[in-house]
Amino acid sequence: MIDIVDVRKSFGALEVLKGVSMTVKKGEVVSVIGGSGSGKSTLLMCINGLESIQGGRITVDGVDVHARDTDINQLRRRIGIVFQQWNAFPHLTVQENVMLALRKVLGKSRDEAAHIASEQLRHVGLAEKLDVYPVKLSGGQQQRMAIARALAMAPDYMLFDEVTSALDPQLVGEVLDTLRMLSSEGMTMILVTHEIGFARDVSDRVAFFHSGRIHEIGPPEQVIGNPVESETALFLKSVL
Amino acid sequence: MGYTFHWHQALEALPAMLAGALVTVETALLSMVIGVACGIGLALARNSDNRLARGFATTWVETARNTPALFQIYMTYFGLGSLGIFIDSYPALLIGISFNNAGYLAETFRGGLRAVPPTQMRAARSLGMSAPQAFRLVVLPQLLRTVFHPLTNQMVWAILMTSLGVVVGLNTDLTGVTQELNVRTFRTFEFFAMAAVIYYAITKIVTLSARLVAARLFRY
Amino acid sequence: MIETDFSTTDLLFMLKGAGMTLTLTFWAMLGGTLLGLILGVLRAVSPWWINAALGAVLDVFRSIPLLIQFILANSIKSIIGLQVSAFEVACVMLALYTSAYCTEIVRAGVLAVPATTRRAGRSLGLTYWQDMRHIVFPIALRVSLPSWTGLTLGVLKDTSLVLWIGIVELLRASQVIVTRIQEPLLVLAICGLIYFLISFPISRLGAYLETRWREYD
Repeated sequence: MIDIVDVRKSFGALEVLKGVSMTVKKGEVVSVIGGSGSGKSTLLMCINGLESIQGGRITVDGVDVHARDTDINQLRRRIGIVFQQWNAFPHLTVQENVMLALRKVLGKSRDEAAHIASEQLRHVGLAEKLDVYPVKLSGGQQQRMAIARALAMAPDYMLFDEVTSALDPQLVGEVLDTLRMLSSEGMTMILVTHEIGFARDVSDRVAFFHSGRIHEIGPPEQVIGNPVESETALFLKSVL
Repeated sequence: MGYTFHWHQALEALPAMLAGALVTVETALLSMVIGVACGIGLALARNSDNRLARGFATTWVETARNTPALFQIYMTYFGLGSLGIFIDSYPALLIGISFNNAGYLAETFRGGLRAVPPTQMRAARSLGMSAPQAFRLVVLPQLLRTVFHPLTNQMVWAILMTSLGVVVGLNTDLTGVTQELNVRTFRTFEFFAMAAVIYYAITKIVTLSARLVAARLFRY
Repeated sequence: MIETDFSTTDLLFMLKGAGMTLTLTFWAMLGGTLLGLILGVLRAVSPWWINAALGAVLDVFRSIPLLIQFILANSIKSIIGLQVSAFEVACVMLALYTSAYCTEIVRAGVLAVPATTRRAGRSLGLTYWQDMRHIVFPIALRVSLPSWTGLTLGVLKDTSLVLWIGIVELLRASQVIVTRIQEPLLVLAICGLIYFLISFPISRLGAYLETRWREYD
């Protein structure tokens, strides 16, 4: 379970998260929607400790992410994250990209890592691209590689930060299909996304982010179909 | 023109000159190793939060880049004499060139570090790698690609800079050996022309080998 | 104050040497840039075999120590009995050496102008030379300036090598004083300071122009 309690975060004088609270249970798929700059991506970065927080607490299975004595590297093995800019390691082939953390963080042998990597890559549909360098792949393929790379660590939770926003429209579909598949397999996912339709289809709950807070949260039929708050309705009207 | 060329003398001296060439290459290589090590240190120091480290590094880099290499060698050979430290020709040359290398390479490494997007570090850390691990496995290989060409250029510079040793009395490198022969026989043109050919050959070998290595190493 | 034999006369002597350094740099940059402009444009527009031949010749200047180039030039001068001063030899050699680097800089600058931009100009009816003058030249200039400034600074420092053929520039002047008063650290420190004071404005100017022109991108 990921428990986010009254989290506050500022970048210098700018307060980006103004008291965010949310609980994500195992197996849940939660989509986070909202306008740009509302703090959605920042929240994800706080969950795996890439960003610090100035108030509140985030615990993952009871472990305080930002506590001084928390082994953050250990914790990050359990939380996978995929970024908008997939951040492929350009100097490694697709398979090596996935194998790197398996070998260096989880200490797996080269053969074991290669096996897991090829399995994961097959799972996302990149079986024939194992020995290719990322620069030769399309954005959609690189993003699927990034997903496989994060999944290979066998995390308990997966965070997705607007993973389709940087893709050409025709490549978005293949990534969404991968995400759909993951959700049906029972992975706990928090997705920051602009794809409202996708969010409605796939999520157990949808959270609407507005000026640093969760303005409304609930099942997709409610938040997207029949929003309670006026800001939610306004936002949806502007994007749909 | 009342000058007869005596090439046979130059050809006879070839073994001695090649021995000098070996010293040249060794010295250049050694100065590059020292220069790279110090250069990385200086690059990190210039990016650090410690004011003393930053100041020290900046002084080094700015001195190396705004004064002649010969001056730096002079300073080591003569200047330290005021402090009672007497350094011989060869060490003075080596220190001078290394000092110079480090100054230029510091800027190269700084640029190289900037060229690797911080998002790479972020992606590596997200997978659970520690900071040193992430640096070593993800940032450093990419850094290497960016700095490879400047490093090769600096190596060529280092080889050419070794010729300055003769000004402070060095007689074991290629130029030093050539000068010795020159002083003894006054066949200035023949000997130095031969030395020029050898220098050209050395630099060409270095640049071509570097290109081959780069093609193999940076296949992506 | 510090006990020293270093006098104002000595300082003036060093400054005279610095003057020589600057004079040499000036002539080298003048000759080298002009030659580099011609050869650089030539290399950028010529067919591959002219390009390669020119490139190979110029490469020689960058693959042999400048010191040896001076020695050879001086020696050739004696052999063919040319009645020119060491100063003139130094200027010519430095200019040739500079042009080897300048050619590359100019060539890179010209090639950096996007073909699409030039095509746009030609489509509007500009002739080949108008295109060169009004489109290629300004853009290439902006691109090349940082490297050219760097080259100037490099040449400034390379002038120190002319001491080997008997010209008294700043470093030689310093050495003369050191031999006399035996205070190497002090004299060389002042020498270094003078070099620094000459270089610094040039590199600052280059950096300033670079940032100012970058704003137009």
